[in-house]
Amino acid sequence: MGQVAGKSSVMMEIRTPKTHKAKRVLEKRAPKLVENGKKTLILHGTKTSATVSSVLMELYRLKKGGAIKYSRRNENIRPFESGGETSLEFFSLKTDCSIFVYGSHSKKRPDNLVLGRMYDHHVYDLIEVGIENFKSLLSFSYDKKIAPHEGSKPFICFTGEGFENVQELKQLKEVLTDLFRGEVVENLNLTGLDRAYICTAVSPAKVFLTHCAIKLKKSGTIVPRIELVEVGPSMDLVIRRNRFPNEGLRKEAMKSSKDKPKKKVKNVDQDDVLGKLGRVYIPEQEVGKIPLPDKSKGVKRERREGKVKKNKEEGSASKKLKESE
Amino acid sequence: MDTEMDQIYQIDVGNLLAFNPNHRFSSAPSSREELVKECVTEGTKLVQAIADTLFNFPSTESVDGPLVQLPPPTTKLPREKHLPRPKPPTKWEEFALKKGIQKRKKDKIVYDETTDKFKRRHGYDRVKDDNDIPIIEAKASDEPGEDPFAKRLDDKKKRVDKQQQNRLQNLKSAAKAGALPSHVQLAASALPITGTKAQPKKLGKEELGDVAGLAATSTASGGKFDKKLPGEKPTKKQGKHHRYLPVVPRYGWVDEEKEQTNKVLGKLLSKHSHEILNVGKAINMYNDKKEKKKSGRSDKLKPKKDITKKKPYANKAK
Repeated sequence: MGQVAGKSSVMMEIRTPKTHKAKRVLEKRAPKLVENGKKTLILHGTKTSATVSSVLMELYRLKKGGAIKYSRRNENIRPFESGGETSLEFFSLKTDCSIFVYGSHSKKRPDNLVLGRMYDHHVYDLIEVGIENFKSLLSFSYDKKIAPHEGSKPFICFTGEGFENVQELKQLKEVLTDLFRGEVVENLNLTGLDRAYICTAVSPAKVFLTHCAIKLKKSGTIVPRIELVEVGPSMDLVIRRNRFPNEGLRKEAMKSSKDKPKKKVKNVDQDDVLGKLGRVYIPEQEVGKIPLPDKSKGVKRERREGKVKKNKEEGSASKKLKESE
Repeated sequence: MDTEMDQIYQIDVGNLLAFNPNHRFSSAPSSREELVKECVTEGTKLVQAIADTLFNFPSTESVDGPLVQLPPPTTKLPREKHLPRPKPPTKWEEFALKKGIQKRKKDKIVYDETTDKFKRRHGYDRVKDDNDIPIIEAKASDEPGEDPFAKRLDDKKKRVDKQQQNRLQNLKSAAKAGALPSHVQLAASALPITGTKAQPKKLGKEELGDVAGLAATSTASGGKFDKKLPGEKPTKKQGKHHRYLPVVPRYGWVDEEKEQTNKVLGKLLSKHSHEILNVGKAINMYNDKKEKKKSGRSDKLKPKKDITKKKPYANKAK
């Protein structure tokens, strides 16, 4: 940190983190070419019904590793109004969350859930759904052995022509994919696949969402036969309001850089004559600390070999005795 | 996007995502359970389709189980943050580019000629340490009364300060282009304390609100119709909060003014009116008032009389 009196009247200070941990946290949150998985912020508004609070709690449980849940009421958050997003953006900045789920309940909009995404910690798009026919995960009874583990990568399935034809459902499909996807991984452990989210467009304005555990059954081929058992919360989502992303913002957000970050390979050189060269570092040999060989009597090679020979002779000798007898 | 034999599903293996755009529900699903069952069966088909491709990938064995390399996801989802912006070149980098100066790597161990040994460049027992110089030869350009050792240290300090300033300017131009390195923050600090100038006190959230409210009342309509910024709270009402009773009572409603006077009269003329007055408290209040009038000012401001102090000629008069 240095205080420098620049030519301007305002003094600027350079602030750098004092600890390595702080530096790593800042670097993790910085904009990167290949991004981390999006974290979800779950909060609720002035009034929530029992349905909404259990939906939010169960959503938090499903997304345990990558979600943050706030338990207090937030009266000044109104996602669809122009001034009501400032708190949301502040929370998003502080917790580094790019998706939020805001639950509320009012007479006009009972059991309301607003799913929204952020770009650069500003609201990108919103979609408001109403919850109907909610069944909590506690109400499903199943064999506990097939219960999905926390943080496992899920299968996501969409059925229905509505998801292709209706704009709002298209947006909902994208938001749900983003919400349930988790981290983008390169290597996947096939034994760790134990959950699936099924979304069906029942009508152009209603989606049935359920969470199932996967049972792998033996089939003739390498590919096992899949059986789904409903375990988790299931609910009907009725589309209410929504806000599409700004076209310009959408174009910017969808931009991706084609090049992969160059991974620095250390200790490898390319030589024109010799080809690929590598460097090997050998640690300093401390002659005083080399472990000496075990010279105890019983362990010596001659002794061991002698013993083996003796056993063989004895064995054959005993055989001879037996034969002779 | 893969195509399957029977039905055309849109599969994105990288995301473990499958979409069946062709399913049409039989016009009226008989009950909710039937609907749920149908949805789950459709879901099973989709998951099976993904698993078909997934399990046919070449797998490597590991401690936890068979590992499979997933292809990159095909569905495009919006980014979380903007792409990292390129940093503008620093002043030195521009100069080096212009002059064609190449970067040269410095060795950690340097040969020290004075002691004929290899010493490290930085740190303990380093080459060219400022504290270890025994002799500085005088030059013709040196002034007679100047300490060359102090001058060396002074020059170094100036160089360091200049470098700090350059660094700040570079960071400022990077911040302008939106490419400030992630671990650095530029903060406007308080003005330095120069002589008798006191540091301006930082205003808190509520104080700012109060000041804004004060400024608003100076407008023609008393700040009532001012445009508020997003997230700004409405002005607090200053002063006493009066509730004025209506002069003419509303039709069908109770006459509140009449009620008020009746209440007071009732209390005074009731059987227990003598019990309303707390006589002890009234006497105390009266006495206090009288004493205050006598003294002329509050007891707290009076210097306390020290009773242990003896008055020198108090007894002599007697």
